[in-house]
Amino acid sequence: MAALLEIQSVTKRYDNLAAVDNVSLELEAGEVFSLLGPSGCGKTTLLRMIAGFETPDSGRILLNGKDITALPPNKRTINTVFQNYALFPHMTVFENVAFGLRMQKKAKPEISIEVDAMLDLMELSDHASKKPNQLSGGQKQRVAIARALVNKPKLLLLDEPLAALDLKLRQRMLIELDAIHDEVGITFLYVTHDQSEAMSLSDRIAVMNHGKFEQMGSPVEIYEAPINSFVAAFIGDTNFLNGKVTAMPNDEFCTVRVPSLGDLLVWKDKDVRVGEELNLSIRPEKLRIARKKPEKPDLLNCIQAVVEDVVYLGSLTKYRLKSGEYTLIVEQQHGHYLLDEKPITWEEIVWVYWHSEDGYMLQSYQQDDESLMALSEDMPDE
Amino acid sequence: MRNRPNIPGFIAITVLVFFYLPIFYLVMQSFNEARFGGPWRGFSLQWYALLFDRPEVWRAVRNTLIVALSSTAISTVLGTLAAWCLHHYRSRLQQSHYVLVYAPLVFPDLLMGISLLLLFINLGYPLGLGTVILAHITFCISYVAFVVLGRLQDFDYNLIEASQDLGAGWATIIYRVLLPVMGPGILAGALLALTLSIDDFIITFFVSGPTSATLPLYVFGMMKQGSPTIINALCTLFMLATFSIVIWGQRYLYRR
Repeated sequence: MAALLEIQSVTKRYDNLAAVDNVSLELEAGEVFSLLGPSGCGKTTLLRMIAGFETPDSGRILLNGKDITALPPNKRTINTVFQNYALFPHMTVFENVAFGLRMQKKAKPEISIEVDAMLDLMELSDHASKKPNQLSGGQKQRVAIARALVNKPKLLLLDEPLAALDLKLRQRMLIELDAIHDEVGITFLYVTHDQSEAMSLSDRIAVMNHGKFEQMGSPVEIYEAPINSFVAAFIGDTNFLNGKVTAMPNDEFCTVRVPSLGDLLVWKDKDVRVGEELNLSIRPEKLRIARKKPEKPDLLNCIQAVVEDVVYLGSLTKYRLKSGEYTLIVEQQHGHYLLDEKPITWEEIVWVYWHSEDGYMLQSYQQDDESLMALSEDMPDE
Repeated sequence: MRNRPNIPGFIAITVLVFFYLPIFYLVMQSFNEARFGGPWRGFSLQWYALLFDRPEVWRAVRNTLIVALSSTAISTVLGTLAAWCLHHYRSRLQQSHYVLVYAPLVFPDLLMGISLLLLFINLGYPLGLGTVILAHITFCISYVAFVVLGRLQDFDYNLIEASQDLGAGWATIIYRVLLPVMGPGILAGALLALTLSIDDFIITFFVSGPTSATLPLYVFGMMKQGSPTIINALCTLFMLATFSIVIWGQRYLYRR
């Protein structure tokens, strides 16, 4: 089956700076695809080129095999949900939703039926005659989605649609968006800088940085098998360890000597040779800490560390530990905090352990990427 | 609490008295039977009757309306376009455009009047309603442009992209989105231009011809001939008209 949308080596420059740098992408009909990246990574520029608000400097964009690169936005069967909704303030909810159908010169009774059905789907029927400024943020968001969806576009573009909503509402709208997608089956292209939004909604994610795709794959692939330190650090927190391969005990594992931590057993995600330098990423929730050394250390890596900081987050606790030259972040649930278990606290010496399959070998590493992680925010230096 | 002197209330009343006492006095005098104003001699409508017997008054009113309406219409269109350019393009050209549009707001009227007069004379253009209209357009454009520009700062450009996205062409966008959303701002600019044009004395004084006296010029002339009581009646009617326009305008703007 041919792809619904094809982006072929598209480049867009502003003042010699490539906002989108030779990017290619294929979207299948019906999927939810997310463009994820920090602000200024080019994701919005790419979206605007697909919508038709910007023209690429080079490359082609095809929709259903037809070249739409030079087509103006009003001639494309693509609709957009804008970040700040961009509802028409002088029109009622009904008129807002009907706008696209009126542009298509449909008959009045037909428009009325379709708009009513869409308002019904979005649970907006009670608000049909209200003006946008009489609506709450979540309702405005639903009107914006309804206004785009009522045109039955081949592709729906969503530009940070939840950025203006508060956390609880955002989580609810995510579930609603998912339900809407199941209902209408239209392809969604979702642009966001929020990794949790992208993870929970998407079939596939492209992580973007400096106008290029760093990695493209399912949420699980992106999270569990990040290709480099940027992806690992941008999608959630992680611990980076750098070392050298010293031995190959068997086909599946190798031993990596990490200066100041010692020899660690690591699952071979890629072909490595003895003597090769390696960068590992281990997610904080894969690490465990305990006062006693775990009993069966066969495939476990165990190292000793000092607790530097404890942040109680309710559902789990974040620990910052110092071991050798490394600062390790651990996320762990507690058993019975208020009952018999004495919680681990500051300055205790503990064992940190993880399964040797849980460390992941990165293909490339840059120290700057460590600053992307959220840990610098909720764990300030004393 | 209750015994505290009501200072804001006192200030408000003082200000209102300061503003409206002269106007109230003028209205009152227009109904005074006394020939030269002064002490109250009894209620009379004779000055209004006299006013309606004077065709020159009505010619001045007609001139004022022609000048005000046509200069408002033209300067509203040009001023709105200027504001759109100033808002959307950030080139060096637009920076000088901004200064040039801004300048008439701070130029002394005297200077505007003399320079326009010199220009018209040098061009050999006969003074009359045409020159007055042109002169009014020159300063009204600036006021309209700045009122509309202020509203444009709040205008969400995404609305235009949203309309395009939903299939609208430029004609539809202007007619269905831009004008309805910008309407109140443009109307506010137009009302300001209208009142400024009706009001203007100095510039009009320089560029008007013998038959194109507007109401302010005519009133000034009558003052010199010494018939202030007719002027009182005229001003009262004039004020009535102005208030009606303002009240209608306010209701229209707030309804939005």
